[in-house]
Amino acid sequence: MGKHHQVFRNYRQEQRLTQRRLIVAALLVLLMMGILISRLFYLQVMQYDLYQTKANENRVMLVTEPPPRGLIYDRNGIVLADNRAIHSLTVIPERAGSIEELRKKLDPVIDIKEEEWENFRAKLKEYRRPYQSITLKSQLSDVEWAKVSVDLYQLDGVQVEAQLTRYYPFGEAFAHAVGYVGRITAKDLERVDKLAYQGALFIGKTGIEEYYEQALFGKPGLSKVEVNARGRIMSEIERQNPTPGEDVQLYLDARLQQYAFDLLGNYKGSVIAIDPNTGGILAMVSKPGFDPNLFVRGISVKNYARLRNDKRLPLFNRALRGGYPPASTIKPFMALAGLEYGFSSWQESYYARGYYQINPNGRRYRDWKRSGHGWINLERSIIESVDTYYYQLAHKMGITPIHTFLSKFGFGKELILDLHGASRGLLPSNEWKKARYKEPWYPGDSVNVGIGQGFMVATPMQIAAATSALAARGHMYNPRMAMSVGGHSPFLEDEASITEHTIKLKDERNWQRMVNAMKKVITDSLGTGRRLQGTEYSIAGKTGTGQVFSLQEDQEYDAESLDKRLHDHALFIGFAPADAPKIAVFAIFENGGSSSKPADLTKALFDAYLYDDYPDRYDYFEEWRR
Amino acid sequence: MNVSLYRRLIAFTNARLWQLAHVDILLLLALLLLMSGGLFVLYSASGQDIATVERQMLRLGVGMATCLALAQLPPKYMRRASPLLFVILVALLIAVLVAGVGAKGAQRWLALPGGLRFQPSEIMKIVMPMMVAWYFAHRPLPPSLKEIVTVLVIIAVPSLMVAKQPDLGTALLVGVSGIFALFLAGLGWRYILGAAAAAPVAVYSLWHVMRDYQKQRVLTFLDPESDPLGSGWNIIQSKTAIGSGGVYGKGWLEGTQAQLNFLPESHTDFIIAVLAEEFGMLGCVLLMCAYLLVIARGLYIAAYAEDNYARLLAGSITLTFFVYMFVNIGMVSGILPVVGVPLPLVSYGGTSIITIMATFGILMSIQTHKRAL
Repeated sequence: MGKHHQVFRNYRQEQRLTQRRLIVAALLVLLMMGILISRLFYLQVMQYDLYQTKANENRVMLVTEPPPRGLIYDRNGIVLADNRAIHSLTVIPERAGSIEELRKKLDPVIDIKEEEWENFRAKLKEYRRPYQSITLKSQLSDVEWAKVSVDLYQLDGVQVEAQLTRYYPFGEAFAHAVGYVGRITAKDLERVDKLAYQGALFIGKTGIEEYYEQALFGKPGLSKVEVNARGRIMSEIERQNPTPGEDVQLYLDARLQQYAFDLLGNYKGSVIAIDPNTGGILAMVSKPGFDPNLFVRGISVKNYARLRNDKRLPLFNRALRGGYPPASTIKPFMALAGLEYGFSSWQESYYARGYYQINPNGRRYRDWKRSGHGWINLERSIIESVDTYYYQLAHKMGITPIHTFLSKFGFGKELILDLHGASRGLLPSNEWKKARYKEPWYPGDSVNVGIGQGFMVATPMQIAAATSALAARGHMYNPRMAMSVGGHSPFLEDEASITEHTIKLKDERNWQRMVNAMKKVITDSLGTGRRLQGTEYSIAGKTGTGQVFSLQEDQEYDAESLDKRLHDHALFIGFAPADAPKIAVFAIFENGGSSSKPADLTKALFDAYLYDDYPDRYDYFEEWRR
Repeated sequence: MNVSLYRRLIAFTNARLWQLAHVDILLLLALLLLMSGGLFVLYSASGQDIATVERQMLRLGVGMATCLALAQLPPKYMRRASPLLFVILVALLIAVLVAGVGAKGAQRWLALPGGLRFQPSEIMKIVMPMMVAWYFAHRPLPPSLKEIVTVLVIIAVPSLMVAKQPDLGTALLVGVSGIFALFLAGLGWRYILGAAAAAPVAVYSLWHVMRDYQKQRVLTFLDPESDPLGSGWNIIQSKTAIGSGGVYGKGWLEGTQAQLNFLPESHTDFIIAVLAEEFGMLGCVLLMCAYLLVIARGLYIAAYAEDNYARLLAGSITLTFFVYMFVNIGMVSGILPVVGVPLPLVSYGGTSIITIMATFGILMSIQTHKRAL
């Protein structure tokens, strides 16, 4: 058949067949061209905005430049938190090659610890912008800096960068007041603007550094840069310079703080000094402390474990969180409550035996003086710190008026305005006991509260603030650290309702009478604070010895420290000059035994503060005045 | 005036001189237009590297020389050589599979003495339509079923061998060039429709022979956003480049996607995205018009070729050239999977410039060796 056709092939027809097919093909070509053009139309006209945006997102990147952090000063302009220029060895991994090569090149030049290499490796794994440098070794010594600088030209991708780091010149004594900055964690980034902290080295973690973080941090510089696909910056499109952080000036007196810290000696404890005229905190000590500089560039696991496991709890802020029985220091306030609600008067006499009983055959609540004080009145109950007087007074009052009255002085409240993490302590009430123990309030409970024991727990800050209110004759300030932030008061005038209030008494004369009683605690021959006699100014004070419950966290204590636990906490409140107070102090020596220690400390602080009379060794603070 | 200009143009193109030199001046002009436009884009796409442009010009020059040289060879010699060439190339493809060298898991080259490398599959793109055209040269058209089956085997064997290397893009072009010859030979419509119906089955079986990275390309094509930083990166970035170009483009050398290296392979396979970004839709349409000129001339040459061999060969060559372009632009704009087909005569490098220009030499030969015009 094929051969038959071959003979009579119609070439013309075959040509036409192929030509028809070529026309079909040409039409298909046009159709497919049409498809391509409609695709381009879709992408370039209909989706133009979308892809335009995408292209810009690709190429434009925001880079932040961290601002210099604001400094923290004490009331006299002494720097408590400084910025210090350090030189760090940083590496741009994209240019430096592998870690092994880098080590080979760096080893002869500079000593880099295994730990630092580990950190470097860890940071290498975290997300970062390409060509962003990573710190390999921070705080080069001058010798190291010089050595590296010489060899820098042959170390690709290695550079020495000047950075500002935080430095706390006075360390431990200020750790709990000023706080510290530390490495920024993922958790920190959840509560701040991530973009702003890009490139920042640290963030406020505790204390003033934490509370005023926003002001101290400032506003980072922002540049819009054009980057290529590898993230390398090609050019700068727009730039906004960083605004430095604002300085914070505290009410704190650096020397007073250091002095109080030193005077605590080897005791654990806390000292707080407040200016009754402003509520400003002049000193806030929690001992033991720790070196805040350890935290700045990230604390090592070893150092942190050491602080965490220390039985003396150096990381625990006793001033704000320590829960202590206020003990006899509560008596002036308890007495004012009795006067206010008509349960006692200045004239009424009371026979003080060595103990107090609710029922004739009931439990004996003992006085610190076994023989009793004999016939006394309200004033003498303060001077001699008569326990039985307050047993009977609290018993008569019951807990509700006590609760109402003591709340006015800030007991049971956080109080402090500009530090986080203050404890509320415990000002017990009927409702509280029902909720907590499913039991009613018993009269015996009141008796214990009458001398600041039992269920009552207060923080040093609460007792100090109440003392300050007493010194100011009822003008109660919520204590605060910062005097000014960026040159302005951190609290506006119309916020006065938050920062202060006046405690009204039915008889306002009771303020002065109570102060007089507290003056006699010092001046009276039987006064519990008579050892403070002999000052040119007058002191009002009240001693206290707290039966030991130790800290609320007392499970931390073990048998080994039981001996010391048997010692009572020693407390003292006082203010001076008694009739125009400039300073109110609360001091507690944990397991300090007798209240003579805090009393002596308080007097030393008064002398120093009122006469600007500090031991010579504190002169070095002057070097940090700006 | 216009009429006389047109006449002078015809006279120019039909000039005896061109005929003697065996140059088809219209095809040559269309090709030069395309090449010069391509060089312009390449300069931008290569990161303004004049050395790259010079190397490309050298390649284009060699291609042009190949074209003009082949144009001197009368089609009848090509016809006679076709089966022998085919057999030799099939043998070479076997050699590639056995002893080939290559990179990224693909064996595509034969090592030659002196460090040279030779890619037989590239030549197969030319020889395949020659073989099919040769087969039909002495047989009456349209083909019988037996002839169709024979030709399909002829097409399938080298195509599958190339696919096995694996080089899907080239295999596709090799197969398509044979199929086009078969189509132009008058393959019955019922077979075409039947094949269209059987396509889903073919796709299914094809999926099973594909290598993982080929499957990945298809999957990425279907959903580029699934792996935006890995295999989807190319296509997302090329679409972004094209889309952000808009109608008029960002201007020459101003494309951010291309100049800041967001666009991968910007001077090779993805060069059309650079054009689209910097010259917009307008630039793309103009470039496609240049391609259309070449294709139109090729189809014209095919339609008026002297015999079946020349017609089928010329037609197949031209349509394959179009497929090149279509697949490349389709892939870069995201309507076809990324199969690694360069934009013909515009993309940088590759042996493809030489082989493509060789096919245009064949077209010119077919057009200029006709005994009577």
